[in-house]
Amino acid sequence: MQGAAPIEVRDLTVAFGDFVVQRELNFTVAKGDIFVIMGGSGCGKSTLMRALIGLQRPTQGTVLYDGEDFWNAAPERQEQLKRRLGVMFQSGALWSSLTLAENIALPLTEYTTLPPRLISEIVSFKLALVGLAGFERLYPSELSGGMKKRAGLARAIALDPEILIIDEPSSGLDPLTARRLDDLIVELRDSLGTTIIVISHELASILGIGSNSIFLDGETHTMIATGNPQEARRSGPTQVRNFLSRGSL
Amino acid sequence: MAAHDQGDTWRFVSSRITAEELRISFAGDWSLNQHLPDAEVLAAELGATIHRLGFATDDLLGWDTGFLAILTALFKICAAKGIIVDQSGLPKGVQHLLALAAAVPEQEGAGRDQGRPPLLHQVGTVTIDYFHGLPAMLHFLGELILSLGRLLIGRAQFQFSDLWWEIQEVGPKALGIVSVICFLVGLILAYLGADQLRMAGAQIYIADLVAIGMLREMGAMMTGIIIAGRTGAAFAAQLGTMQVNEEIDAFKTMGISPIDYLVMPRMLALLLMMPILTLYASFIGILAGMLIATTIFHIGVFEYYTETVRALALKHFLVGLSKGTVYGAMVAYAGCLRGMQCGRSAEAVGEAATSAVVTAILLITISASLMTIIYYQLGI
Ligand SMILES: Nc1ncnc2c1ncn2[C@@H]1O[C@H](COP(=O)(O)OP(=O)(O)OP(=O)(O)O)[C@@H](O)[C@H]1O
Ligand SMILES: [Mg+2]
Repeated sequence: MQGAAPIEVRDLTVAFGDFVVQRELNFTVAKGDIFVIMGGSGCGKSTLMRALIGLQRPTQGTVLYDGEDFWNAAPERQEQLKRRLGVMFQSGALWSSLTLAENIALPLTEYTTLPPRLISEIVSFKLALVGLAGFERLYPSELSGGMKKRAGLARAIALDPEILIIDEPSSGLDPLTARRLDDLIVELRDSLGTTIIVISHELASILGIGSNSIFLDGETHTMIATGNPQEARRSGPTQVRNFLSRGSL
Repeated sequence: MAAHDQGDTWRFVSSRITAEELRISFAGDWSLNQHLPDAEVLAAELGATIHRLGFATDDLLGWDTGFLAILTALFKICAAKGIIVDQSGLPKGVQHLLALAAAVPEQEGAGRDQGRPPLLHQVGTVTIDYFHGLPAMLHFLGELILSLGRLLIGRAQFQFSDLWWEIQEVGPKALGIVSVICFLVGLILAYLGADQLRMAGAQIYIADLVAIGMLREMGAMMTGIIIAGRTGAAFAAQLGTMQVNEEIDAFKTMGISPIDYLVMPRMLALLLMMPILTLYASFIGILAGMLIATTIFHIGVFEYYTETVRALALKHFLVGLSKGTVYGAMVAYAGCLRGMQCGRSAEAVGEAATSAVVTAILLITISASLMTIIYYQLGI
């Protein structure tokens, strides 16, 4: 479908049994957006992400990819739609029995017919992008928390996905590395046209790179604001302004 | 009016300001290392007519989070009784920390389980859950069959290097423990036979008992149980940990089937190794029987050997091998099922491993009985 947004969320409700985490979410992510999902710890950001990437069926509503209903599509079609996504999990989720290089090479060997030499060159390049050049042969258990996250990002961008979904890239990183990662995200958008969804509560990064956002509220269990984070800080609802100025209102 | 002093350094005095207002004066050291009381001791001072509660802390020498916990509990009791609490008499630090703790209201619905239900209730729930788990077990079986189909037509995301690795884990590394256990089982069978057959003066038939017993039943059964404890639990723990680390989710989002990629190599490795292990186990058991019969019960080695060979009909081989293979499938199925069903915590991994062993032994026993009946009916 031409003109449809890469991602549109309609009336989405996610719950664990009777416990509704977030209800009736509606938002659209435009092509080339760096879309920030904000909200306090435990408000349901990661759960929303699981509904976006096909891991947790919403109790209501759906997600549209380029206008195509994901949750009501056939399983084979869902697999195809998922191939457009690159996902970095909050914990990194690296495959523990594989080295870093193998982790990043796996999607490449599964979905491309590139020669092994080229694959290993791509792997080294992706690791260099996230500042992990030379760590190819280490196992995930030999990495620090922040390194795991960066390696997770390298794996998420292994196939140059159309849509990149990142769960808290910069938490646990020092300010300089976090900044470098932000630059990388912006660069991916600018030069490859990747649409990016970032879950974050890192203020500098939300305000610095976000072009659009939603704010999930943990008390009312729904979204209470949407729009450009800079504007939200100036003229959003009190909770959002409070959040975006570290509660110094 | 009441005063408390148990010899510990914490003390308090409560005094009525008016008929409606109570003031509690804290004194001494209210720290965790001072055998602090619980909030009930303070709450006992709240008479029915009290509507306001205030504090004085002029003689308070020390406090820590223990004091805060007591106060928080007390405030809850007050809130339930509709008593207004005036915190202004408390030290500034106490007020600030209490305010911080109260800043994020308790998440309603988040602590969903209301404590532990009574034991009988738990037993019932566990039993019912077990049967509620049946559809999931069948679903997993279906997925396995689909994956096997993909493997056969060459469309599975299957790694032969993983299969090879799993085979090494499952087979050779189990030889030690299988040898020890099956040697002892062979020994037990020999003693059992010796005792029973002595009365009939037919001790030579120890050879038949041990050979057929090991080959048809005990070799496969003991190997199955060893593998359930060793490999089944390991499968569940490995897959469970991957579940906790979101590694399985990462496979799913990449469109790589975790069944093809993780479960199939483990299933096949066990299916390939179990018949071999079963044969080996039977062999060790028979060897042990021979050792006992010839040394303790003075049966001639050659005699015993001939009798053993005579007893070992082909059908017994087939029965033993088929049982071993089926038990292997049961162990792999139970281990992978529980691993893939694992929750997202370290505790859940432990439960998955335990449950894998229990499920595997249950399935082994059920299939053993079924096969015994079927083979009997078929006259094998
Ligand atoms: N598997 C689960 N079963 C039941 N409840 C869950 C489960 N996973 C998460 N929750 C609950 O859902 C809510 C949202 O969790 P989620 O992980 O989405 O939060 P989050 O916004 O990502 O938080 P953080 O910023 O700390 O990562 C929490 O209240 C949590 O207790
Ligand atoms: Mg999260």
